[in-house]
Amino acid sequence: MSDTPDVVAVTPRRDARAWLGARMRNIAPFATLLFLVVFFWAASDSFATFGNLTNILTQISVTAIIAVGLTFVILCAEIDLSVAGIANATGIVVAFFTLQDASVNIANVPLAGWAAILIALGACFMLGWINAFGLTRIGIPSFIMTLAMLQIAAGICALLVRGQIAYTVPPLIVTLGAKSLGPVPWIAIVAALFLLVGHLVLTYTRFGRYVYMVGGNREAAEYSGVNVRRILSAVMIISAVCSGVAGMLGVAYFGSAQQNEFDTYLLDSIAAVVVGGTSLFGGQGGIGSTIIGLFVLGVLNNGLDHINIDSFLKILIRGLILLIALIINVYAQRVRLAEPGG
Amino acid sequence: MPPLLDLTGISKAFGGAVALREVDFSLEPGEIHGLVGENGAGKSTLMKIIAGVHPEYAGEMRLDGRAVRFASPRDALAAGIGMVHQELSAVRALSVAENVYMGVQPLNRLGLVDWRAMRRGAREHLQNLGIAVDPRTPMGALPLGLQQLVELSRVLFSGARIIILDEPTSALSPPEVERLFGVLRRLRDAGRSIIFISHFLDDVLAVCDRVTVFRNGRKVAAEACAGVDKRWVIGRMIGAGHDELEESYLSDIPLHSPPDAPVVLAVEGLSRAGAYRDVSLAVRGGEVLGIYGFLGSGQLEFARTLFGALPPDRGNILAAGRKLRLTSTSRARRAGMAFLPESRRMMLFAKEPVFKNMTISILERIHRLWLRPGAERAIAREHVERLRIRPPDPERPLGTLSGGNQQKVALAKWLTHLPRVLVLSEPTRGMDVGAKDDVVKIVRGLRERGIGIVVVSAEPETVLSLADRIVVMKKGVVVREFANEPVSKDRLLAAA
Repeated sequence: MSDTPDVVAVTPRRDARAWLGARMRNIAPFATLLFLVVFFWAASDSFATFGNLTNILTQISVTAIIAVGLTFVILCAEIDLSVAGIANATGIVVAFFTLQDASVNIANVPLAGWAAILIALGACFMLGWINAFGLTRIGIPSFIMTLAMLQIAAGICALLVRGQIAYTVPPLIVTLGAKSLGPVPWIAIVAALFLLVGHLVLTYTRFGRYVYMVGGNREAAEYSGVNVRRILSAVMIISAVCSGVAGMLGVAYFGSAQQNEFDTYLLDSIAAVVVGGTSLFGGQGGIGSTIIGLFVLGVLNNGLDHINIDSFLKILIRGLILLIALIINVYAQRVRLAEPGG
Repeated sequence: MPPLLDLTGISKAFGGAVALREVDFSLEPGEIHGLVGENGAGKSTLMKIIAGVHPEYAGEMRLDGRAVRFASPRDALAAGIGMVHQELSAVRALSVAENVYMGVQPLNRLGLVDWRAMRRGAREHLQNLGIAVDPRTPMGALPLGLQQLVELSRVLFSGARIIILDEPTSALSPPEVERLFGVLRRLRDAGRSIIFISHFLDDVLAVCDRVTVFRNGRKVAAEACAGVDKRWVIGRMIGAGHDELEESYLSDIPLHSPPDAPVVLAVEGLSRAGAYRDVSLAVRGGEVLGIYGFLGSGQLEFARTLFGALPPDRGNILAAGRKLRLTSTSRARRAGMAFLPESRRMMLFAKEPVFKNMTISILERIHRLWLRPGAERAIAREHVERLRIRPPDPERPLGTLSGGNQQKVALAKWLTHLPRVLVLSEPTRGMDVGAKDDVVKIVRGLRERGIGIVVVSAEPETVLSLADRIVVMKKGVVVREFANEPVSKDRLLAAA
């Protein structure tokens, strides 16, 4: 192969297309968000208010914490379908180890608040570790492994609450999940912290670089001496722990811990990551994209409540808008794949 | 009697590269015809023309005296020409019977597959060839040699009179080779014709009636096998004794390995099932050890084992007298091993900038926890300049560079913090002369700095141009070592 042709082949026109293609992934979700904000602003008087902004922030916070972990997983070209299940199980575990009101008929084990939180964190860590073990040691594809974990986590929930509802969680969790610091809800602050730390880890640490490299070309990472198994294990555990934290705060936010209360968060968190522009094929995207995706979802969900349409139609509209966002994502992907040498 | 298959004046070019020039070839009914030549000599191209894979070519092909031109492999098969590829196309999860009847399953009156007829037919067909296999066995459960015979029987079953076998013996043990030859001879005696393409000249001379030799897209000789020997064939293949001595590797090259340098890597009795057997060798600091073998000789797997990517079943790897447990590539890297795989796709991150590609293997040396892209860029700029990488821009996505430059970036990965041992698999494959020269210079420079280098290749030129000592692998076993003695391409080929 000669040294020049590949480089010369990048004519200005293709260069411009490649440039646009490369940024399409970032531009498209942002344009979607902008469009939604402008649309709802115009369509509703109650949408663009400070109070509603706080609403949106609160509403996306639980999804945001889950999505941070999921971003790591998807960047590695894997998937975690057990995030909502693990969130639910962890929330129930923390309630199970907290003294409940006499009216709650659960055979629970009351412990000090810090102990309940530690046990809950340990539980989600363990579930993540099992995901990691199945994926990297046994070789079960993450899609199947975490599908099984989704069931296992649901089983843990069912066994612990037995169809009942628990209401009390440790005070620290209540504060972080349901109280505010001045006008800002604590849960939004926690979500922001998770997003910030996730971003710093992905962008500025060795581990973060390895995550991108494993997602970009797993074989090349392996032959560069990167311990691919360890990186994959770490992302599965990070995802489970993020879900667990989201689950605990979510229980405080909802005011109750019960079976199936996180079910919608699985699709929401995956949608947030992917709509934001992080590639399902790995190696491209990041927390910045996830933030955009979170706002697209949050504004969409919230905005539809502010305009006067059939509430049964909203579900369909939401699905259609997500579909459009995904089509744009895949199209952007294709343009980038067509780049010279890409 | 006219030949069964007669090709005259066949030429074929891919873009500007001429693959075949005015080639004649003929095949008699009831003969096994060997086809030999170096990689790129044109033998595969010719076979693909015969088998209908390449419909565009100049020249004429006659089958049974009638002019034919096949538009597709299906056309060729309909005319009675079938090919068994080196990479078997059998479906491992299906039974032997289903593989034999692939695409032509017998149906019963209800339009469903008639399993009993299929099993019976397959059993009879295989027995006629002298292959005793239960047709219900899953294909994947058979040893490779039997899988190949089943594949061969499938091609026969679909009506082929002419069978093209591409490297059929490379993965077979000696008894399996004997069994294959038995089947081939029976087929020949039954009047079928076989074209036998192989690098293994001993095998070709053992089973073929005639042999045709290709060199640089030309047919250079066709003789009855009875009258020739291996030396003669090698001479025709590489052009020794003729006027066309354009290559420099025909003459003897004195190999000298440093006798007193410390051994940086020793391998004792290393085995891995299906790949290599009982390999023992040592690499000294400041030495380039070449490992030469045809494709499928186990050298690629051996190289991976040295980098912890394919664990061995038995045997030891020692560095400076210490036993290494290479259970992962990161462990191997930390033990001072480095590796460049034979395919660029396996070692590079096309969408990431050049500098990230260069520093991926040394990140833990330059960063504790936080990345310092400034330091990485400085390292990258240095390599870009020293290795003359074009365009000289460490920020460019790697995928936009040309192949030769990508290869240099891959090499640069291991140049900042020198490894103890560098294993290079096909380091110059597909490169132009200039880029090849650059790689040779880089490897020489590394040798001067005392690291042990292992070059693994299926191209004689690659090991001859780089190595100070050469080990030849054949079917997973080290069969010959050239050290402190002259070596040439024909000696290398004769050993393999």
